[in-house]
Amino acid sequence: MSTQHSRSAARIMIAPATFLLLAWMLIPLCMTLYYSFRRYRLLTPDRQGWVGFRNYENFLTNPAFTSALINTLVLVLGVLIITVVLGILLAILLDQPFKGQGIVRILVIAPFFVMPTVSALVWKNMFMNPVNGLFAYAAKAVGLEPYDFLSQAPLMSIIGIVSWQWLPFATLILLTAIQSLDSEQMEAAEMDGASALNRFWFITLPHLSRAITVVILIQTIFLLSIFAEILVTTNGGPGTASTNLTYLVYAESLLNYDVGEGSAGGVVAIILANIVAIFLMRAIGKNLDA
Amino acid sequence: MIIRRALLNTAAGIGLVAGITSAVSAEEITIATVNNGDMIRMQELSSQWEEATGNTIEWAVLEENALRQRVTTDIATGGGQYDVMTIGTYEVPIWGKQGWLMSLNDLPAEWDQADILPAIAGGLTVEGELYAAPFYGESSMVMYRTDLMEAAGLEMPEAPTWTFIREAAAEMTDRENEIYGICARGKAGWGENMAFLTAMSNSFGARWFDEEWNAQFDGEAWANTLNFYVDMMNESGPPGASSNGFNENLTLFQTGKCGMWIDATVAASFITNPNDSQVADSVGFALAPDNGLGPRGNWLWAWSLAVPTSTDAPDAAKSFVAWATSKEYTELVAENEGWANVPPGTRTSLYENPNYASVPFAKMTLDSINSADPNNPTVDPVPYTGVQFVAIPEFQGIATAVGQQFSAALAGTTSVEDALANAQELTTSEMQDAGYQD
Amino acid sequence: MARAISKRRTVIVTILAWTIGLLIFFPILWTVITSFKTEAEAIADPPSLFWFNWTLENYNVVNARSNYPLHFMNSVIISLGSTLIGLAIAVPAAWSMAFVPSKQTKNILMWMLSTKMLPSVGVLIPIYLISRNLGLLDSRIALVVILTLINLPIIVWMLYTYFKEIPIDILEAARMDGASLKSEILYILTPMALPGIASTMLLNIILAWNEAFWTLNLTAAKAAPLTAFIASYSSPEGLFYAKLSAASTMAIAPILIMGWFSQKQLVRGLTFGAVK
Repeated sequence: MSTQHSRSAARIMIAPATFLLLAWMLIPLCMTLYYSFRRYRLLTPDRQGWVGFRNYENFLTNPAFTSALINTLVLVLGVLIITVVLGILLAILLDQPFKGQGIVRILVIAPFFVMPTVSALVWKNMFMNPVNGLFAYAAKAVGLEPYDFLSQAPLMSIIGIVSWQWLPFATLILLTAIQSLDSEQMEAAEMDGASALNRFWFITLPHLSRAITVVILIQTIFLLSIFAEILVTTNGGPGTASTNLTYLVYAESLLNYDVGEGSAGGVVAIILANIVAIFLMRAIGKNLDA
Repeated sequence: MIIRRALLNTAAGIGLVAGITSAVSAEEITIATVNNGDMIRMQELSSQWEEATGNTIEWAVLEENALRQRVTTDIATGGGQYDVMTIGTYEVPIWGKQGWLMSLNDLPAEWDQADILPAIAGGLTVEGELYAAPFYGESSMVMYRTDLMEAAGLEMPEAPTWTFIREAAAEMTDRENEIYGICARGKAGWGENMAFLTAMSNSFGARWFDEEWNAQFDGEAWANTLNFYVDMMNESGPPGASSNGFNENLTLFQTGKCGMWIDATVAASFITNPNDSQVADSVGFALAPDNGLGPRGNWLWAWSLAVPTSTDAPDAAKSFVAWATSKEYTELVAENEGWANVPPGTRTSLYENPNYASVPFAKMTLDSINSADPNNPTVDPVPYTGVQFVAIPEFQGIATAVGQQFSAALAGTTSVEDALANAQELTTSEMQDAGYQD
Repeated sequence: MARAISKRRTVIVTILAWTIGLLIFFPILWTVITSFKTEAEAIADPPSLFWFNWTLENYNVVNARSNYPLHFMNSVIISLGSTLIGLAIAVPAAWSMAFVPSKQTKNILMWMLSTKMLPSVGVLIPIYLISRNLGLLDSRIALVVILTLINLPIIVWMLYTYFKEIPIDILEAARMDGASLKSEILYILTPMALPGIASTMLLNIILAWNEAFWTLNLTAAKAAPLTAFIASYSSPEGLFYAKLSAASTMAIAPILIMGWFSQKQLVRGLTFGAVK
């Protein structure tokens, strides 16, 4: 009886969160769906009307769409790979005993607190600028031609900036996980003559799998909608070299002021995000036993 | 806040002066503006207006592209977040026609509407109604380093040709010492690289559309324009030119890294100001280049203050607009910062003022403004007005996308041919979509 | 001998860890240093790390030009407000998910997380129009509500992973002893859950503080937080590196300091149940 009672109490307690999120998802989604089938340009609002799938056609046949799709994938995967690999290495390093652990940890965590607009502005102007940036000075100091990061390798530069922001997150989760590793198991393996690499591969890595899963899941959620970094550094360019899906939808709705096509793009992006979500949940959800 | 209100109330209670009555009904207005030097100065001086009227101001100071996006979204959806908006010659006629802006014909007589330069006022008027008050007007011109020009053994003519500019740029370039012969806009955006390139294309005999609204990027004139631009910038431009806008180039010029810079005439006061500029004493000016076809490669623009119809404080907003664009404001700036720093290019009286005549770039600015003709911008006839833009609502979107292509061509990630072909394709499809060819 | 090796190893690890730590931190350090230079020194080649004339001039300029206290207060109100409301909604939900799990619990949790993957930009215009119709443009209320909703899934999940770790036996023992539901919550559960709630709160404040899409698009001036404040320094006239650095330092300093002080809680919270 008490379980019955607590069951219904539980439902009531979950209700507000569920209901709010449902409303938050559905109301704008319905409006977006509505606009996606209409002609609605902000600057000529008097010419409205139903246009069928025209907006979707335009968005999907836009040559920028394919490159935006690829860029989104490259961006997400690039940052994930960099942060997970470097995060593991860094976590192992920080797990060793050394002087000033607390301070180093404070230094490493710092980028996570920096707002994306600030980090993008700082990297763009003070580091990557080919004339007055620090990298340009460094290149000149050793007699090299300064490299123009944001126009020659825009996507890679953005991946670099975003990785810098997310590396602390990955490192800290992985570090906590490593610290929970059973040291007796490690010592036993060492006694048995397992090499450091083997120990890493057969003991540390499997132990980290759950933490890696969490890093991938959480970061993917945020990386899919990277926006400020692109807006500030490259405006999606040159051409569409650093335009991701989010930025393309933004460009359609707020640079072209074509709410119809922007909404169609929004719907497409939502569908794609859901595919990624389902895929992720399937692949990762088990590992999490949430 | 509380203290100020208390003071005002007491003052009103005692009945000090008649002028206080307006202060009692003090209003708060929100002003959106660009983070350009002149606007920031206006923001600094605006406390005088606040004190005189008792109203208060909330500022939204933004970078140009962000400003545009925010005010456009706001006005098109009737958001009503802003009481005064800083907009340009492109937006005013379109928004005025939509009925989104309040007419400013009723500004007080001492504001002297007849004093506004005709070329500027024309761009801000729709069917006899003035929809925005010009804060500063600008054209574009060549700004160059007299010392470098001399060192290169050249002399800048008052009205140079593109060929001369390109040759001079190559001569002045000294990559070892980080001196680049030519700086020009390369950052994508209809108000950035496309303003420069559209104005430049006019002097190459190109145009955006023929009289039937067919896009013209597949023509020879555009190919000549873009090839010339990309080649010249590759020969003599700074690294990273494809992400340089007005402000980036200004920094480069002020730090002595540009030989020549073709850009807005307002830049003249910044690069000749010894506080900001390391090259202030060796700057010369010339008209924007041409190709002997008639039009020169200069544009016409006026950052202006407008009051949206969605405002809830129209009187205070108009009062501010009148103050910030008045002759008195000009004098106020002159008093505080000197005549070289007053907002240029809006009033006839300023150019008749003997104090202003001694400013080195005054004449060149006026000549440049007068040499631009928004009603006949091109060699061949066009169905649109506007020198560096096409005054249709669709232009921003199209030109931003085209600007991306041309910026990529400059960065070398796309070829000039592909950039033009893409521009042609996307412009054509947008124009069909918008119903221009029905 | 073994000791000698481990000593040498410690030295190497120390050097390596410090080098990497400083490298990662360098962009922030450089920004702070540059904020005390003059504009000319900020772009001097070769750049100087410490030996220049330290000046507060840039901070004065930024303070004169922008209403920093207003933006700061807006950031505080928006991030704190959305976090507290979010916690109020999420604590009961996470609670019941952890203690009364049903077959749907996992699905609901995953679905909640998936709402976080929706691209904000796709619903910008609808949200803009709704805010306008409710008269909430450029108001802190709209931002508090939106940021609450955006971060709710993360809050629920973090709390859930925490609550799940609380041993249920203790509760049963308490019930046996005749504890009422109220005292159960007040004296047993709350103390055990508090660290989890604290670290969830910290993470969420950081996320809300740094959110830069909605805060930029739905504010004009009155409700604009620090993300909007920094946007006005993105590329002003002429030389601006020093001013940009000063503005950046002012925008990130509060959250950086808060983050450093609460580092331990934060790290524990960040693990999202990844570590058992």
